[in-house]
Order: sequence, then C-alpha cells, then structure tokens
Amino acid sequence: MREDTGERRTPERRHLFDDPRNVQWVIRALAAACLLVLAADFLVDRDADHPWESLFAFYALYGFVACVLLVLIAKALRKILMRPEDYYDD
Amino acid sequence: MTSLAPFLPFFIGAALAAVTHGALRGAIMVATPVLSAVNLWYLDPATIETVSLVGRELVLVEADRLSMLFGWLFHLAAFIGAIYALHMRDRLQHVAGMVYAGSAIGAVFAGDLLTLFLFWEGLALTSVFLVLARRTRSAERSAIRYLIIQVGSGLLLLAGILALIGEGRPLGLDPIALEGWAGWLIFLALGIKCGFPLLHNWITDSYPEATETGAVLMSAFTTKVAIYALARLYPGTEALIYIGATMTMFPIFFAVIENDLRRVLAYSMINQLGFMVCGIGIGTELAINGAVSHAFNDVIFKGLLFMSMGAVLYRTGRMNGSDLGGLYKSMPKTAVLCIVGAASISAFPLFSGFVSKSMVMVAALDGGYDWVWLALLFASAGVFHHAGIKIPFFAFFAHDSGLRVKEAPAPMLVAMTIAAAICIFNGVYPWLLYDMLPFPVDYEPYTWAHIVTQCQLLFFSALAFTWLKLYRIYPPELPGINIDAEWLYRKLLPTVARRGLMLARNMAAAGRIGCEIVTDAGLVWLLRCGGPKGLLARDPVMSVATLAIVALFAAVLLLELVRGS
Repeated sequence: MREDTGERRTPERRHLFDDPRNVQWVIRALAAACLLVLAADFLVDRDADHPWESLFAFYALYGFVACVLLVLIAKALRKILMRPEDYYDD
Repeated sequence: MTSLAPFLPFFIGAALAAVTHGALRGAIMVATPVLSAVNLWYLDPATIETVSLVGRELVLVEADRLSMLFGWLFHLAAFIGAIYALHMRDRLQHVAGMVYAGSAIGAVFAGDLLTLFLFWEGLALTSVFLVLARRTRSAERSAIRYLIIQVGSGLLLLAGILALIGEGRPLGLDPIALEGWAGWLIFLALGIKCGFPLLHNWITDSYPEATETGAVLMSAFTTKVAIYALARLYPGTEALIYIGATMTMFPIFFAVIENDLRRVLAYSMINQLGFMVCGIGIGTELAINGAVSHAFNDVIFKGLLFMSMGAVLYRTGRMNGSDLGGLYKSMPKTAVLCIVGAASISAFPLFSGFVSKSMVMVAALDGGYDWVWLALLFASAGVFHHAGIKIPFFAFFAHDSGLRVKEAPAPMLVAMTIAAAICIFNGVYPWLLYDMLPFPVDYEPYTWAHIVTQCQLLFFSALAFTWLKLYRIYPPELPGINIDAEWLYRKLLPTVARRGLMLARNMAAAGRIGCEIVTDAGLVWLLRCGGPKGLLARDPVMSVATLAIVALFAAVLLLELVRGS
C-alpha cells in the first residue's frame, strides 16, 4: 500500500512505514479484514430491501468493481480534461 | 428572559473584533459563539420578530426545529472556526468570518423570503473576503468570479421573490412548486449555492484559493444554508432526486485525478451535497431526516478535513498531492485527526457518516428508486476512495516528499480535536443528533446487516485501491488542472469576447478611414470658420464626430444585415 518507504534523505530516526515489513503488515491486516467481513456474510441475517442485496458478497463485489471502474474511467478522462497549470492565465 | 435576535451577537462581536487586537480580539472571537449559544438557548421558539422595510413587513426571526438544528450547527462551526483561526493575526479574516457566521445564522432564522435574501447576499459579501485575504493574484481573480456568481444567485432569488409578489403570493418559507417564473427562479438561485451540476464550479474554484480558515468556514456555511432553504422550499421535488444523484457521481471522477488536495475536498463536498439534495428530493420523513443529519455531520467532518489540509498548507506552503507525502513523520497528530475525518466522511461504523448517509440510501430504496440507490452506493465507494484514502494517503503517507515541518500550531490542533470528538460522538451515540431532527426518527443504524455490508463495501474499496497502487495502475499525482464546466466562462467566453473586440476594432479602423475622407471636406470648412485653435476643431469634437459617423455606418450595415436575412 505504501511505496518508496525505504527512501530516506536525511539521517533521522526511522519512522513507522520506513520499514517495509510494517507496510506488509498493513496490507495483510486489510486482506484479513476483507476475509472476515466476507465470512460474516454467512452469519448475519440480512434483511434485504433489494433483491441484489441478498446476493452473497454483493457489497464487497460492488465496492471493489466500483473503485476499479472509477479509477480506470478517471484515468481515461485525464487524457481529455488535463491541461497545464497556467491554462486559464492570460 | 427575552433574548436577542440569534444573528446579533455575531454582528456585535465582529464590531468589537474590528477595533481590538491581539489576545483581546482572540478572546472576543472565542467568546462570541459561546455567548451567542447561551442567547440561542434562551430563545423562545414562539418568538416572531418583525421589522418594517419599504412598506413590507420583514420577519427577522422565526424558529422551528429545522432552524434550531442549523442554528446550533452553525454555532458549533463558528466556535471551531474561531479557535482554528486564533494563531493568525489578520483582522480582515477575523471580522469577515464573524459577520459571515452571523449571516448564516440570520439566514436559517429568517421568517420570510426577503429576510432570507438579505442574509443570502450577506453571506456572499462577507465570505468573499475570506478568499481575498489570501492576498495572491489568483485568489483575487477567483474572488471576483466567486462574488459575481454568489451575487448573481442572490439576484435570481430577488427576481423570484418579485415574481411571487407579482403573482400575489405570500413570501413565507413554505414549499414552492417547481412551476412558473417564481418557482424556477428561486430554484435556480438555490441550485447555484447548492452546487447543482454545471453550476458547481464556484465551489471548486474558490475553496482552494481561500485562506486556511476561509476554506473551513466557507465549507460550513454557504452550501448548508442553501441545503436548509432547499429543504424548506422544495421538499419532495422529484427532479432533485436525479440532480442529487448526478451530484454524487460526477465529482468523484474529478476528485481521483485532481492534484490540489483542497480542490479534491471541494469536489467531495459536491458529492456529499448530492446525498442531501437527493434526500430532499425523495422528501419522505426518513429522507429529510437523512439529508439534514448528513448536513450536520458533513459540516463537522468536512470542516475537519479542510482544517487538516489547512494545517498542511500553513506549515508547508503546498497543497498539491504531487508535492506532498510522508508528512506523518512531522505532523503525526494532524495525520491522525485527518484520518478521523476521512473515516467519518467514508461512513465507517462508529464514525458520524455511518449514522446519517444510510438514511438517504434506505429512503431511496423504500421509494423504489433502485437505480438512484445503485448510484449512491457507487458514490459511497467513490467517496471513500478519494476523500477517505486519497486525502490522508497523498498528504501524510505515499512517497516521502522530504518535507520536514513542525506539527500544526496548538489552536489548530485543539479545533481539529473538537471536530474529531464530535465526529466520533455522533457516530457512537447518534441519538442526541436524532432527537434534534425535524421528524421523529424510526431508524436503527447499528444493525449487524448494516455494519457488515458497509464494512464489505469499504474494505473491498480499500483493497481495490491497494491493488491498483501496488500494480501501478493508479494514476500518479501530476501537476496540472482539469477542465470542467467553468471552461465555458473562464476560456470560451473570454476568447469569444476577445475575438469580437478585435473584429469591432478592425471595423472601427476601416470606418475611420471612410470618415477621414468624408470629414476632409468638412475640415476645410471648419478651419476656415473656427481656425486651428477654434472650439469646433478640438480633438474631442473630432472624435465625437468620427464616432457618430461610425455609429451611422454601423447602423446602416446592421439595417442591411437585418433586411437581407
């Protein structure tokens, strides 16, 4: 999740995410949390207001797909929308 | 005990702040919201204060549950904002900020549309100084655009009021149907301040240009007054459901690729306003409660996010994601407080967004608006993505920018801590907020189903971010801007105007040559009768004569054009 964490410019004390193992730990914790809430899907009785809601892991799937789509579309939009910083100054 | 009109203490406080300085002014700034809150506590809900202005009765103060809720909210925001601003020594901002807060409070206690209009314009005229106070050329230009749009919204409101008077209708704050001149003009006036799609760019233009405190106060007041007015005047207007859904959707795409982190927050503000507008459009008791409680929570968590970014801007002088990163090393407290705001806006269980946003979502399903519900769900995942993850990640983590600065000043930290505490309090114990809502609340946020589904949505959104980042699919933060609807009035219109002006100049030059030939004969005569220093031969007269002839030519040309077409 965190990148370039090994890089340090000045000699100073090592911070939390300077150690790649801590970054790994965060990612593993997230993965574990994801598995946990998926498992909870079996345990919790979901009083669905909408038929799709009652599908297994609907929210997990929707969240994941929504975010990937969001980023890919936004990235494509950049090609159309992006201008230099002084675009409006003349 | 009788109390003052709720907006008066702030106006008095502002007057005192204008003539004091140093610690005394600081004390006045913090004491004013507190004393004003005491005054509000003693406000008799049955009070109706009126004054006469140009033959019309203005209802200056009229209180009900909805205005009281916004009244308390604005006091809270003004108090937090005052503490946040304490480290600065800037009379302009301090005074403008207090009159601005007073105007917002005045607007939500206004008992008729004309009084609302007066405070509506008050909001515009005072808040513009919070942008000007940045004292840069680009802020100045942004402030002028902001003022034109805000005053324009006020003029539309006034035109709508005049139309209502013309139709012989009362000016009370009761629902107005979306029909006729009055209905549409007032709708448009509110729409501008609510940030309806295509009318939204003043938010993303001015908030990033405002001062650190300015952005915090502006994010609290102007748009929320508009939401308040929308809830009063247009509840259950179906068009709002689709307008609101659009507002939740489109800004998130801009937010993902935007580099200026305060502009990311401005886009995210439009997204949150979308949930409120949508709730007002659905118009059921649950939906209105959801919209209003979300407005309350949004003021606090969005304020917290703006405060944390303001602290970063104050310490580093930078706001672009491409320049920041790694600040958790030097501003760890600000980082933690920012994450509380991020968790709240993302609606994590135990944080404030969780107890309010879902009311609008459930109301959408109850009303049978399935597609709208899907859009809101998409936007919920999106808001976590850009406000919940992107803001803290690119400012405080990501790659280390090498910036080593001091932690935020103490007053800023205190203000952020108060806001963070309210975010958590409302998330853990929502009943106090629910008790203040306009309708009785028959909604239980903490069901296992809600907790599990919301956690699934959020954790898997985070997983998507992690995956995209690790595999370098995520778009990097790049310096640059993204064009939006504002392109129409910041690029197209000026270009057309410039070209038009050039054309006019060329035509005038051509006309002048024609004139010279015609006037040569006249000159001979003028020289003879007036002499070279004579009155008639002086330059102004000549240019007037030339202009008159050019105008005559233009008129003839225009007539030809009209006749020919």
